[in-house]
Amino acid sequence: MVLYSLTFYLFSSVAVLSALMVISAKNPVHSVLFLILSFVNASGLFVLLGAEFLAMILVVVYVGAVAVLFLFVVMMLDINFVKLREGFLQYLPFGALLGIVLVIELGILFLTDRSSNIYNNQTPLQPIVNEVENTKMIGQILYTEYFYLFQICGIILLVAMIGSITLTLRDKGGVKRQNIDSQNTVDASTAIEKKKVKIGEGI
Amino acid sequence: MTYDILITGLIIIAQILAVVVPVLISVAFLVYAERKVLALIQLRRGPNIVGPFGILQSFADALKLITKENIIPSGSNKIVFILAPIITMVLSLAGWAVIPFAPGWVVSDINVGIMYLFAVSSLGVYGIIMAGWASNSQYPFLGALRSAAQMVSYEVSIGFVIITVLLCVGSLNLSKIVLAQQTVWFAIPLLPMFIIFFISALAETNRLPFDLPEDESTLVAGFFTEYSSASFVLFFLGEYASMILMSSMTVILFLGGWLPPFDVYPLNVVPGVIWFTVKVIFILFLFIWVRGTFPRYRYDQLMRLGWKVFLPFSLFWVVATSGFLVYFEMLPN
Repeated sequence: MVLYSLTFYLFSSVAVLSALMVISAKNPVHSVLFLILSFVNASGLFVLLGAEFLAMILVVVYVGAVAVLFLFVVMMLDINFVKLREGFLQYLPFGALLGIVLVIELGILFLTDRSSNIYNNQTPLQPIVNEVENTKMIGQILYTEYFYLFQICGIILLVAMIGSITLTLRDKGGVKRQNIDSQNTVDASTAIEKKKVKIGEGI
Repeated sequence: MTYDILITGLIIIAQILAVVVPVLISVAFLVYAERKVLALIQLRRGPNIVGPFGILQSFADALKLITKENIIPSGSNKIVFILAPIITMVLSLAGWAVIPFAPGWVVSDINVGIMYLFAVSSLGVYGIIMAGWASNSQYPFLGALRSAAQMVSYEVSIGFVIITVLLCVGSLNLSKIVLAQQTVWFAIPLLPMFIIFFISALAETNRLPFDLPEDESTLVAGFFTEYSSASFVLFFLGEYASMILMSSMTVILFLGGWLPPFDVYPLNVVPGVIWFTVKVIFILFLFIWVRGTFPRYRYDQLMRLGWKVFLPFSLFWVVATSGFLVYFEMLPN
């Protein structure tokens, strides 16, 4: 129990601190690295909640794929650090507004009558141990009750994918591409052409 | 109360050491085996001076590397530069937490074991990309960019291969994946996926013929060009440890883990951990054999293979396998 609380405070404090560092680090690459640290700690919190499938998906999708591409892009940017600092105060009011809205929403959630929602029993401090693995439980509910929403999510992703491909696809002329099939089907009869060269004339 | 925590902590540390120490020792012997096998392929002798048959060569090399000067380039981003090899090393060892060596021989028998392995192996790219960026030098940076693109591409097909196996098992637990292969190893019904997984594992661990991140003929040494001494050792250890980890993953997914090939008398008295080790050594031999045989891929060919060949084919196999299982009502409950 003590160990559980200690791990919780470790994960949550590192997550919050690294989230702070994301917006305050001078170097954007450091920001992305702190973002990754924050993701990893969030997945640690999921494990503590007993939602191990979500935790692993968070690491695979966000840390393993999305953040790699972030890092990829940020690394290749030519960044003027002084200019970057200048814009900081300019965006502050908007950021503060977003923060305040979030705090108010959280406040409303905590202050509303708890007996009406799922928290009417005290929130469990220990992971809920079920007979059924939570991977199976997610599958059972996702593909039955939320089937249409799930399909709509898929279609949104598909549209986004097609959109990004159309935006970046440029068919430039003059690009040499390797055609492996045609290379493999080459034999001596098609590759070599015999010519009788006359002396003093050439081809 | 506190005493209990102390005891639990000590047991956990002992378990971790019981896994990590043999892994590190087997890394040393894997390096020796690789040099010896490559020497045999190329009709040379290989290391034969230090110890009987040169068997202690890796330890001598490690000692030499560690006692050298650790150079940190003045233009580098020092914290990230030092952090990168540490991350590589830690991630290559972290995956061992869920590997079942024999029935019950596992540090943490979690429900999402295969997802955990997949997550850890997909994080491996960070060590390389951080090293390339922090070195502040052209060749490491090119190596890092190549590696980022390469590892992300091959992860996709690895993911589909894992999904195919999971369809046949019905669980993400590694021990259950092994136990589901009691009738037949998945390498036989899912042979094409086994081959795809093996090739993707080569690409994921940056081994030849896909070692473009450290391609010595074009990039000097790729992402670890600027590294020396102990930090180089960490990269080296990390690469070989993740090679053994990927081999263990292959064995668990396709070659029946600790199970004997046939459940008959003289074979099934051999302890499971021995079968596991033998199979891992076989896969590692394949890794080295491939290195000694094939020329390096060109970068565009590598990308073509990942996205245009493996991805559609593995996606097709996921659909075909699930269709087969549903039609013949062979789905695991």
